[in-house]
Amino acid sequence: MAFNNFSHDLTLFQKIKNYDFILLLSILLLGLTSIFTMYSTDGGEILFHTKSHFIKFSILFPMMIVLSFVNIKYWHAGSYIFYIIILGLLVWVALYGVKASGSRRWIDLYFLNLQPSELMKIAVILCLAKFFHRVRTSSTNTFASILFSLTIIIIPCILVITQPDLGTAILISFSGLIILWFSGLRIKYFIYSFLIFITSLPFIISFLKPYQKLRILTFIDPERDPLGSGYQIIQSKIAVGSGGITGKGFLKGTQSYLDFLPEKHTDFIFTLFSEEFGFVGSVLLLLLYSIIIYRIIRAGLISRSFFSRLFCFGFSFAIFLYVTTNISMVLGLLPTVGSPLPIMSYGGSSLLATMIGFSIVLSANINHRQNIS
Amino acid sequence: MFDESDNVRKINTINRRLFIITAAKILVFFGLTSRLFSLQVKQNNKYLTLSDKNRIRESKLHPVRGEFRDYFGNVIAGNNEVYQLHIIPEQVEDFRYITLRLKNILNLSEKEFQKIHKKRKEIKAWETIVVSDNLTWEQFSKVNNYLHELAGVKTVLSISRIYPFNENYTHVLGYVSQANEKDIINNENIKEKFVPGIRVGKTGLEKTFENVLLGENDIQRFEVNAYGRKISQLNYQKGSKGQNLNLTIDTEIQKLCTDLLKDKSGSICVMDIFSGEVIAMQSSPSFNPNLFLFGINQDDWQLIRNDPMKPLLNKTINGRYSPGSTIKPIVALSALENEIINPEFTVHCKGHKNPLELYGQTYHCWKKEGHGFVNLKEGMKQSCDTYFYEVSRRLGVDRLSETAKKFGLGKKVFGDLFENEKKGLVPNTIWKKNALGKGWLLGETIITGIGQGFIQSTPIQLCLMTAQIANGGYKIYPKIVTNNDKKYKDKYEPLFKKSKNIKIIQKAMFSSTNELRGTSYKSRIDNPKYQFAGKTGTAQVKRITDKDRELDLKTFEIPYEERDHALYIAFGPYKNPRYATSIIVEHGGSGGSTAAPIAKKLFKLIIDRHKLRQSIKEKKYLDI
Repeated sequence: MAFNNFSHDLTLFQKIKNYDFILLLSILLLGLTSIFTMYSTDGGEILFHTKSHFIKFSILFPMMIVLSFVNIKYWHAGSYIFYIIILGLLVWVALYGVKASGSRRWIDLYFLNLQPSELMKIAVILCLAKFFHRVRTSSTNTFASILFSLTIIIIPCILVITQPDLGTAILISFSGLIILWFSGLRIKYFIYSFLIFITSLPFIISFLKPYQKLRILTFIDPERDPLGSGYQIIQSKIAVGSGGITGKGFLKGTQSYLDFLPEKHTDFIFTLFSEEFGFVGSVLLLLLYSIIIYRIIRAGLISRSFFSRLFCFGFSFAIFLYVTTNISMVLGLLPTVGSPLPIMSYGGSSLLATMIGFSIVLSANINHRQNIS
Repeated sequence: MFDESDNVRKINTINRRLFIITAAKILVFFGLTSRLFSLQVKQNNKYLTLSDKNRIRESKLHPVRGEFRDYFGNVIAGNNEVYQLHIIPEQVEDFRYITLRLKNILNLSEKEFQKIHKKRKEIKAWETIVVSDNLTWEQFSKVNNYLHELAGVKTVLSISRIYPFNENYTHVLGYVSQANEKDIINNENIKEKFVPGIRVGKTGLEKTFENVLLGENDIQRFEVNAYGRKISQLNYQKGSKGQNLNLTIDTEIQKLCTDLLKDKSGSICVMDIFSGEVIAMQSSPSFNPNLFLFGINQDDWQLIRNDPMKPLLNKTINGRYSPGSTIKPIVALSALENEIINPEFTVHCKGHKNPLELYGQTYHCWKKEGHGFVNLKEGMKQSCDTYFYEVSRRLGVDRLSETAKKFGLGKKVFGDLFENEKKGLVPNTIWKKNALGKGWLLGETIITGIGQGFIQSTPIQLCLMTAQIANGGYKIYPKIVTNNDKKYKDKYEPLFKKSKNIKIIQKAMFSSTNELRGTSYKSRIDNPKYQFAGKTGTAQVKRITDKDRELDLKTFEIPYEERDHALYIAFGPYKNPRYATSIIVEHGGSGGSTAAPIAKKLFKLIIDRHKLRQSIKEKKYLDI
C-alpha cells in the first residue's frame, strides 16, 4: 500500500527515467522502414499510399507517446468500457458498415475507414487482463471464470466471422486464449480443445466458404492453379527467393514494380521488403521485431500489477502472432489469411490498434512499480 | 484480495508459462529464418530464373533469308525492302475513324477492312496490327502524306523475297510463301525461328536448303510487367543472314530456254559434260513466283492450277517420258559393248509393206518406204526402227537395261536435292516379274529398243546420258548448287569397256545431225565452232493403229493431246565437246521438226558464252 501511494506521485523526471527508450526507438525505426518500403511499393514516387501511411504514422506515433503518459490504472479502469465500445462498433459494422470486396468490415469516419475488428484484438487482451487481474489462482479454473472469458472471446469472434473475416477472428481468439494460458488455465484444457479442434476439422471445413476452401487447397499445392488462386503465393515466393542474400536493392524489386505482386501495400509488404533487401534485410527486420517483443515482455516482467503483466505478455504474443502469421503466409508456410504485418502494412486501423497497445506497454513501463487495487 | 502467497503462486504460473511461450517464439522465429535462408540463399538461382522469366520477354524478328545467285553472281532470288503499314490500337484515338480513313486512302476492300477489325478484337491494345505487308510505292507515299493526321499508324520498312527473273527460275528455285502449320511441324528449324508472317520455301531449292537459307532471328529482349506491357528494351541481339547459295546456272541461257519454250509445254536442260554443272534447266510453262510472296489471289491460283500444260510440274525432273529414239545411242552402245554387233552389222528395212513380224505382232519402221540396207551409222542417222528392233532382239532387255542404268537412266540424277524428282523406269525381266508378276515378252524387248513401252525417263536423265556419252564415257555427278560440291569425286570413272565404242556412237550421232538424210540435218550448224551432234526422238503418246498409218496425218491435223512428244538430245561443239542438252516438247510432233531446231538456237548462245564461263571458273580457282 505504501508502494501504491508512492507510485501516484511520480514526477515527470521519474516518468522519463522509467521510459523505455529502446522500445520507443525500435518502433520509430520500424515506422521509418515502413514508410520507405511504402515509398517503394508506390514505384519510387510519393503517391497515395506513401503519403497516407506517412501522415497516419506521424499522427499516431506522437499520439502513442502522449497516451503512454496516461497512468496504467486508468487503462485498467476503462478496460471493460473499451471492450464494450469496440463490441458496439462491431455491431454497428454488422448493421451499417461499409462493404468492400465482399465483406463488411469498416465504419466510414470520413477521414478514415475504421476497422473495429483490428481494435478488438487489443480490447480482448485488455478485457481479459483486467478480469484475471482480480481472479485468484484457485478460481482460475472454475467454470464461471472460464465461461466468462470464453464469452468475451467468442462474441466478437462471431461478429467478425460474419463480416466475413476469418483471419482476424482467429487472431482475436488467439489473443484472448493466450491470456487464459498465462493466467494458469490447466494445460489439459488446451490439449483437449486442441484435440477437439483437430477431430472436428472436417466438420469445420464443410462450413467454410468456397473461397476459403480454395485458399486451403492452394496452400497445400499452389501450382494447381498458378494463374488463379495460387498466383499470389507463387509470385510472392518468386519475389522473396529472387532477392538472394543482399536483395535487389531499394526500389529495384522487379516483381513489385512490374506489378507481379498483388496486395504489396498491405499483406504482402514483407515480400517486397525481402525482395529488395534480401536475406540480410529480412533477418534484420525479424530482429527488430524480436527486440520489440522482448522489450514488451520486459515491461511485463518488471511490472508489479498482474494487469500490466498479463497485458504485456498477451500483447507481446499478439505482436509475435501477427508477425509470424504474416511472414509464414507470404513464404508459403500458411494459407493466405488476411493478416497485416504490424506497423509495416498499410492500414490505419491496424496501425491505430498497435499504437494503442504500445502506449499501454510504455505506460506499464513508467508505472511498473504501481500496484492496481 | 492481497493474499501474498496467492500472488506469488500467480506470478510463478505466469512466468513459467511465459518461459514456455518464449521458447516457442524463439523456435518459430528460427523456423522463419531457416525458411528465408532456404528460399533466398539455397534456392536463389531457381527463383531468380523464375523472376526473369516473369519479367523478360524475347521477341524474335524476321531472319534475313540467304540469297540465290547464278553462276556469274547475279542475284536470282534476293531480298527486297517492302513497306508495311502498322496500327497500334492504344495510340489511336478513334479506331473506327482511323481505319475508315485508311480504307479510303489505300482503297481497301470491305473484306480487308473487316479483317482489321477482327484482328483488333484478338490482340491487346499495345500490340501491333499489320494492315498491309506490301504497300505499293503509291500507297506508301499517299499514307505518308496523311501520316500526321493518323496518330497510331506507322509505316515500317521490312524485308521480303524477290525473284527478279520472274518465271525463269521458278522450277529450279521454287518459291517462298508464308509458313503454314505443316511447315512448322515438319521442320524443327522453322519452328525455332518462327515469327508470324515468316516466309519459307515451299518447293524447289528454296525448300531443300531451307535450313541454311533461313538465317538467325534478330532478338529483342524486353522487360514486361504483369499485364504483358513492354516497359523497356533490355538488349538487341543481331541475328545473321542466311547463307547465300550460288547456282551453276547461266541466267542468259536460262532466259533463252524460257523464250524457246514459249507457249509450249516441255523442258530444256543443258549440262557441262565434264563438271556435271547444270547450265540451264527450264520447264515450260512456268509461273511467276513473286505472286506467292504475299499470298496468291484465288484467280491467279486457279489459272495456274487448271492450266492443262501443268505449270506447277517441273517437267525436267518430274516429267516421265518414253525416250523414243533418243534411247538408240544406248541400245547401239550396249550392243557394241556386249559384242552382239559390230558397226558393220546390217539390217534390211523394207518399209511398211513388209514389217517385222514376230509371233503375229507387226513392228513398223517410222518410214513408209523403208530405209533399205542399213548399218549402225545409217541406222542411227536415219533413226531406222527396223534396225534397232533387230539389234535389241539380239541384245535382250537385261543387257540393255544394264547399260542404260549405267548411263544414268532409272535413278534420280540429283539424289535428294529436289524432293519430288522422279526415278523413271528402266525395265528388265526381273523388274517385270516383281512388279507385274508376269514374264517378259520378246515384243517388249523390241519396242524398248526404240524407247517405247515400259521405259520411262526424265529429261534430266537424258541430258546426263548424253553428257556421259559426249565426254567419252565417263561418270559425272550433276550439280546445280556450287556450294554443295564437296562430296563429288575428282576422278572420272569410265562407264565403257572399250572407249572405241563411245567414239562410234558419237560419230553416229554426228552424222544424224550433220549428214544428208540425218533426222536433224535441217537443224545443223556448219561452223565447226558451234557444230553439234544429236539424236532426235519422237515418243508416241498413243498406239499407232493401221488406220493412223494409212491416214498419215500431219502433226497439226491430230488433236493436241494425241500428238507425239518431240525429243532431242545433243552435245557440242563436236570437235571438242563441252556441253550436252536434252530438249523435250510435249505433243510437239517429231523430234526432228520441233525439238532439234531449238537446239540450234540454243547451242549458238551456249558456245558463245563458254569463254565467259571459263574465265569465271579460272577466277574461282585463283580465289582459292
